[in-house]
Amino acid sequence: MSTDRFRDLSNTALAGRLGVPRVPLLRRYEPGQPLLPGPALVTSVGAGRFAKPIAALVEESGQQVLDAVGDQKLAAVVVDLTAATTLDDLAAARAILTPAVRKLAPSGRLLLLGPEPAEASAGAGVEAAATAQALDGLVRTIAKELRAGATANLLVVAAQAPPAAVDSAVRFFLSARSAYVDGQVVRIGVPVGSPQDPAAMDSPTLPEKPLSGRVAVVTGAARGIGAAIADTLARDGATLVVVDIPAAGENLAKVANRTGGTALQLDITAVDAPERLIAHLTQRHGRLDLLVHNAGITRDKLLANMDPDRWKAVLDVNLRAQLRITEALLGEGTLLQDGSRIVCVSSQSGIGGNRGQANYVASKAGIIGMVRALAPVVAEKGVTINAVAPGFIETEMTAKMPLGTREAGRRVNSLRQGGLPVDVAETIGWLGQADSGGVNGQVVRVCGQSMLGA
Amino acid sequence: MPSTPRRAAVIGGNRIPFARANGRYARASNLDMLTTTLDGLVARYGLAGERLGEVVAGAVLKHSRDFNLTREAVLGSRLAPSTPAYDVQQACGTGLEAAILVANKIALGQIESGVAGGVDTASDAPIAVNEDLRKVLVAINGARTVQQRVKLLAKLRPGQIVPDIPRNSEPRTGLSMGEHAAITAKEWGVSREAQDELAAVSHRNLAAAYERGFLDDLVTPYLGLTRDDNLRPDSSVEKLATLRPVFGTQFGDDATMTAGNSTPLTDGAALALLGSDEWAAAHKLPVLAHLVDAETAAVDYVHGRDGLLTAPVYAVPRLLERSGLTLQDFDFYEIHEAFASTVLATLKAWEDVEFAKDRLGLDAPLGSIDRSRLNVTGSSLAAGHPFAATGGRIVATLAKLVHEKGTGEGGRKARGLISICAAGGQGVVAILEAA
Ligand SMILES: NC(=O)c1ccc[n+]([C@@H]2O[C@H](COP(=O)([O-])OP(=O)(O)OC[C@H]3O[C@@H](n4cnc5c(N)ncnc54)[C@H](O)[C@@H]3O)[C@@H](O)[C@H]2O)c1
Repeated sequence: MSTDRFRDLSNTALAGRLGVPRVPLLRRYEPGQPLLPGPALVTSVGAGRFAKPIAALVEESGQQVLDAVGDQKLAAVVVDLTAATTLDDLAAARAILTPAVRKLAPSGRLLLLGPEPAEASAGAGVEAAATAQALDGLVRTIAKELRAGATANLLVVAAQAPPAAVDSAVRFFLSARSAYVDGQVVRIGVPVGSPQDPAAMDSPTLPEKPLSGRVAVVTGAARGIGAAIADTLARDGATLVVVDIPAAGENLAKVANRTGGTALQLDITAVDAPERLIAHLTQRHGRLDLLVHNAGITRDKLLANMDPDRWKAVLDVNLRAQLRITEALLGEGTLLQDGSRIVCVSSQSGIGGNRGQANYVASKAGIIGMVRALAPVVAEKGVTINAVAPGFIETEMTAKMPLGTREAGRRVNSLRQGGLPVDVAETIGWLGQADSGGVNGQVVRVCGQSMLGA
Repeated sequence: MPSTPRRAAVIGGNRIPFARANGRYARASNLDMLTTTLDGLVARYGLAGERLGEVVAGAVLKHSRDFNLTREAVLGSRLAPSTPAYDVQQACGTGLEAAILVANKIALGQIESGVAGGVDTASDAPIAVNEDLRKVLVAINGARTVQQRVKLLAKLRPGQIVPDIPRNSEPRTGLSMGEHAAITAKEWGVSREAQDELAAVSHRNLAAAYERGFLDDLVTPYLGLTRDDNLRPDSSVEKLATLRPVFGTQFGDDATMTAGNSTPLTDGAALALLGSDEWAAAHKLPVLAHLVDAETAAVDYVHGRDGLLTAPVYAVPRLLERSGLTLQDFDFYEIHEAFASTVLATLKAWEDVEFAKDRLGLDAPLGSIDRSRLNVTGSSLAAGHPFAATGGRIVATLAKLVHEKGTGEGGRKARGLISICAAGGQGVVAILEAA
């Protein structure tokens, strides 16, 4: 993996004197780490339903909760704006946020909760809808203004969602697990499936092992982001089935052995790939709690020079295989159960487009279409499906880019650096939890608030 | 312990692609290859941290540092270090004999699970000092003073410094295996065309097996090699016909054995995973096949009339008799292709009326086999033959084949016969049956 020398240099005393902008070192999760490294301000505007339970959640984690800004540095600021309906409410939010952002510590977390604009308009009229939408722009701006690795994100919560529906998202966005997720808006609805993890029926889920007892499949797991996903899910307690093409088997075996999982050498584009995956899962586990469609390839060419083989190869691996495998598993009917989760790896290129990647972009945008179309269908079985869209992630793939392109890719985001494979993995781990059922049909970008496709 | 022996289950296997000697694995040792192969097996079946009943493997070409090879491989692997291991060595029969040993312990209820197979490198083969040099070095080692040592060193002569490179030859006859096989081929009148045809089919079958993904759960790539590099998918009888004979050249125009219809020196390792049905079920592992029975035979190729590689000719009728089966009761035949001529001579011997009567003591010959059932996913001519690794390769392959087929004629369980010839005039054979 390429190392970010500029980031390291920017943190030297000399660079400071020369006025070189500092590239922050992001706080990242390690097992045993507390939810927050310092106190959190948790407050609301109006009668929000979430501030109290969130304050309790933070206190339960052992951290102090403040209800007003004082002298102390803040590790997190949470403002429940779900009851905000007027421009006066918005002004009240400003009054809280202005002093609060000044006190936000390095790698601090700003998390807003707001209402669904469409719902707000139906209930309280047009001003409420305008207020709700204003939060969207507000959080994206705060994310751009924050420094030192601090992030800002917004949870848009459906009126019908019970308070506990946001817990797993709140934990994720406050913790260091969300280091590279910045300026994002995630919708939370009435949770799909039972929040009680069926995989953990016999043993209560430990906070540091949120995936314990869960069986997870990760495709493309021999290296790069897929290997990091496997490591991260295993760290959080999941039992792994790692999949990659037979030619990548040497590395795949290493990943399987270090995660205590099983290696399944399988080309996901093979005609019988869904059947073989199902046979393996049926024989070895009898269930599937988390399916991660990560395998992906690029075959770049300008559209003007694009041949059918390049087009087909990319669409087959990145999209057709995901469609076929997902369809087969849903058809099979027993492996995916109430509480199972599907997460697909898309890309920011799939949102913003990218020169020379017509085939890749089509496949990654197609994934988003698939996720949105399947979300209501799988919800009936208590299953969710979401996508993560990584931005610039430091992998073997990006290390091979020409220096100029690589530097540009790294810096055009609010955190001024590339993300790490583990950042994508942490996001998938969160979406893979049984109690993340409130998030369905969403695309979560892991891009440090990249300007590309934003 | 159960009163009637149970049958050991074959659960699966793992091997690394076989590489032609002095090629891709030139720098890999037996220990490297065996450990990696074991780790690949652990990964495939999710056995990290597991204590198995035992791991049994061996190598034919062994360095003295490999004295506890299999145990060292276990210690270097992801298996629990509390897994016992030991080495066996029966030339090319090593891998299959190891599987029989493990299966027998499972059958007796002494262990619940085990891994069997072997490894060989012809690249990193031990190079010994010659006997003269050895004597001087031993004396130097025993010398007490520096002067004594210098005196001994001064006695060294150039001829003593030439290393002893291992030869693939029989100690008692001085003939290489190929030369022995050539004599047998001539005796049975095995034609050049038939040998080339068998070789071409072996390559074709193995290539097709790779294409259909049959090896996806049998092989794990190693050192960047993803398929056996001896495999020539485009091999043909025409191409093979252009090669010059290398063995039996004393027979002049009757010399039939070429580099194309003989196995090359190869590096590699292969292992099979065995267990009791109960152990497999408890670990949610599939039972592909059961090892029904096995037999080992030996022939007097030094003074007697038998060829070096013909012991399976004797082993199989004994095994059939004990199992109450005929040679035709099988859906698959895995006859190790040490040389194409060895396979063909073996088949001819089983068909021969005189031989049955005079040498096998049978009223009638075993008869012929349906050749379309022979080595259906290729064998050693295509894959290569790292001596001790071949048994593990065949056990896992055949277990998968009978499992895929499920049932044979009349709804009985699919059945396969393994036959492996070995140096020293030995042969190891076994029957697998679909679970
Ligand atoms: N690296 C980034 O910056 C970045 C950005 C956005 C999205 N992504 C996406 O993240 C995912 C992982 O990317 P990466 O950077 O780790 O790439 P990578 O090339 O390092 O890893 C991809 C893995 O997928 C496997 N794979 C390819 N075809 C397969 C098939 N047919 N069947 C099974 N496995 C197959 C490969 O063997 C490889 O191990 C991809 O979907 C990629 O598009 C990456």
